[in-house]
Amino acid sequence: MALVEIRNVYKSFKREAQTVDVYSGLSMDFEEGSYTALMGPSGSGKSTLLNLIAGLDKPTSGTVRVEGSEVSSMTSAQLAPWRARTIGFVFQSYNLLPVLTAHQNVELPLLLTNLGKKERAERTEIALGVVGLADRMDHFPRQLSGGQEQRVAIARAIVADPTLILLDEPTGQLDSKSSEEVLELLRRLNDEFHKTIMIVTHDAKAADRAKAVLHLEKGVLLERSQLSGAGVAT
Amino acid sequence: MKFLPLVIANLKRHKLRTLLTTLSVTLALFLFASLRSVVTTLSAGSEVSSASRMVVQNSTAFVIPLPMSYANRLSSVPHVKAVTWANWFGGKYGDGKKFFAQFAIDPASYLAMYPEIQVAEDQKQAFLKERAAAIIGEGLVRSFGWKVGDNITLQGTIFPGDWTFTVRGIYHATLKEYGDDQFMFHYDYLYEKYPDRVTPGWFIMQIDDPTAAPGVAKTIDDQFRNSNAPTKTGTEKAFASGFASMWGNVKLLMSTIGMAVVFAILLVTANAMMMNQRERTSEVAVMKTVGFSDRRVFGLIIIEAAVISLTGALLGLGAAALLPIVTGFGQGGFLPGFHVTIGTMLFGIAVALLLTIASGVFPAWQAARLPVVQALRRVE
Repeated sequence: MALVEIRNVYKSFKREAQTVDVYSGLSMDFEEGSYTALMGPSGSGKSTLLNLIAGLDKPTSGTVRVEGSEVSSMTSAQLAPWRARTIGFVFQSYNLLPVLTAHQNVELPLLLTNLGKKERAERTEIALGVVGLADRMDHFPRQLSGGQEQRVAIARAIVADPTLILLDEPTGQLDSKSSEEVLELLRRLNDEFHKTIMIVTHDAKAADRAKAVLHLEKGVLLERSQLSGAGVAT
Repeated sequence: MKFLPLVIANLKRHKLRTLLTTLSVTLALFLFASLRSVVTTLSAGSEVSSASRMVVQNSTAFVIPLPMSYANRLSSVPHVKAVTWANWFGGKYGDGKKFFAQFAIDPASYLAMYPEIQVAEDQKQAFLKERAAAIIGEGLVRSFGWKVGDNITLQGTIFPGDWTFTVRGIYHATLKEYGDDQFMFHYDYLYEKYPDRVTPGWFIMQIDDPTAAPGVAKTIDDQFRNSNAPTKTGTEKAFASGFASMWGNVKLLMSTIGMAVVFAILLVTANAMMMNQRERTSEVAVMKTVGFSDRRVFGLIIIEAAVISLTGALLGLGAAALLPIVTGFGQGGFLPGFHVTIGTMLFGIAVALLLTIASGVFPAWQAARLPVVQALRRVE
């Protein structure tokens, strides 16, 4: 059984008086341990796919299952704890809470667990160590560079040891050096920690680091490139 | 508790705004408690007045005196057991900055009429014997450090000149609402200096049956209706209320205009608190993406609102409670026994909780219902 199963998903938005169809019967699977890049022009439904998998949005019809749980039919109250356990989400614009230090930002998902203060601190330090920012844990986001902020955001995404890490244009606002650092980090998370990663990107270099690339256009899967690992089936 | 750093961090986001918002609540609750205490003190003053004492005053105006000849005629009215009288002196001591009430009284009959005024027997006898003697409340001892035997000179304003009195007694008020900061001296001492001007300001009567009060009042007022000094007779409670509001309708002023000001401040405060939450829409979306539930987000925002409201309330109510102690307000006869009651404190806490609801619930509800994707789209 695939980690993520998308079956016959339809999704449409109302934009003013018009209905815009994003997917018309999309189906695909993502295997555990896969590292997949989703590419395609703006409006092709890449980010919407991440939102559906994370339970942040619901399909108009069809089902989205993660680890066998049907995300698309969960209530808001069921989704919150499920998301805390299962999903690590990284945004293009980092979205760290400006009033919290790097340590506090990374600790945020752990506040929703039953871990004690000491254990939370230990895990937070490990996560910051993994992203190479153990020496910046008391810095506020405004005191960090863009690349460092994004690495803190990745630390926040992995600290609760989620099943799936979803990244929406994580290198979109970074310079090439910072992008390289982030991409290297993602590859390590997949190779060394066997994290299942899905990354939405316009950046060919970012896609090259993935093990599989999916090309979406107008909500339709056009092409699947298998790079250096298996993991995606349509 | 583990969410406390998050609440604190959010409160520190705009330190100045949080400080000013908290101070606004402080000011509002301080005004609320102080103004309400004026009203409760005035009411308490009326409530403690004896039901069996009645007051006769000039119906034209409280400040116009009555003829001394009325004393005998009042004594002969059915149900009237005893009659005494008093005058407002209105002098000032020193630079006049510390105000206290001074009354010229008929000593023996007045002290007999007011068992609330407790004076040691030897001091009472010394006061009764000496024409220029005075008795003072314990509050004046605290304020001025006066003691028995001291000579006190007051400057008359209504009755010009320097008036020197010797303190012969210090009274203790068994009811704090009566006030322990009055200065009382012999009516005859005043009369001696201004025989043409001095007549009783008002009469006080003891009646044998409180239920007879309306009939007694009517009999007296009918009797003097066509005289040069028509009377207005009522229970002491009514007199106390009227006396307290002789500078205008204090209660109305306090309870309406004052409360409107408080309400306006609270609205401004609630708006500031709501604005603070509106600015954080994107952060709420991020927290939900991380796994915070709608209920958790709602709770955190409510706690933030409660911290501001209750901190402000505690500071404001505390300041109001300290007001009479620090400033000495409440001494001086106008508002004897002024203090912030437990009821006012609890009412103030209730106002703060109401403010929490008014300022916190709506933004918290909005945040809890926030569609994450929509909010994130705005951010991205």
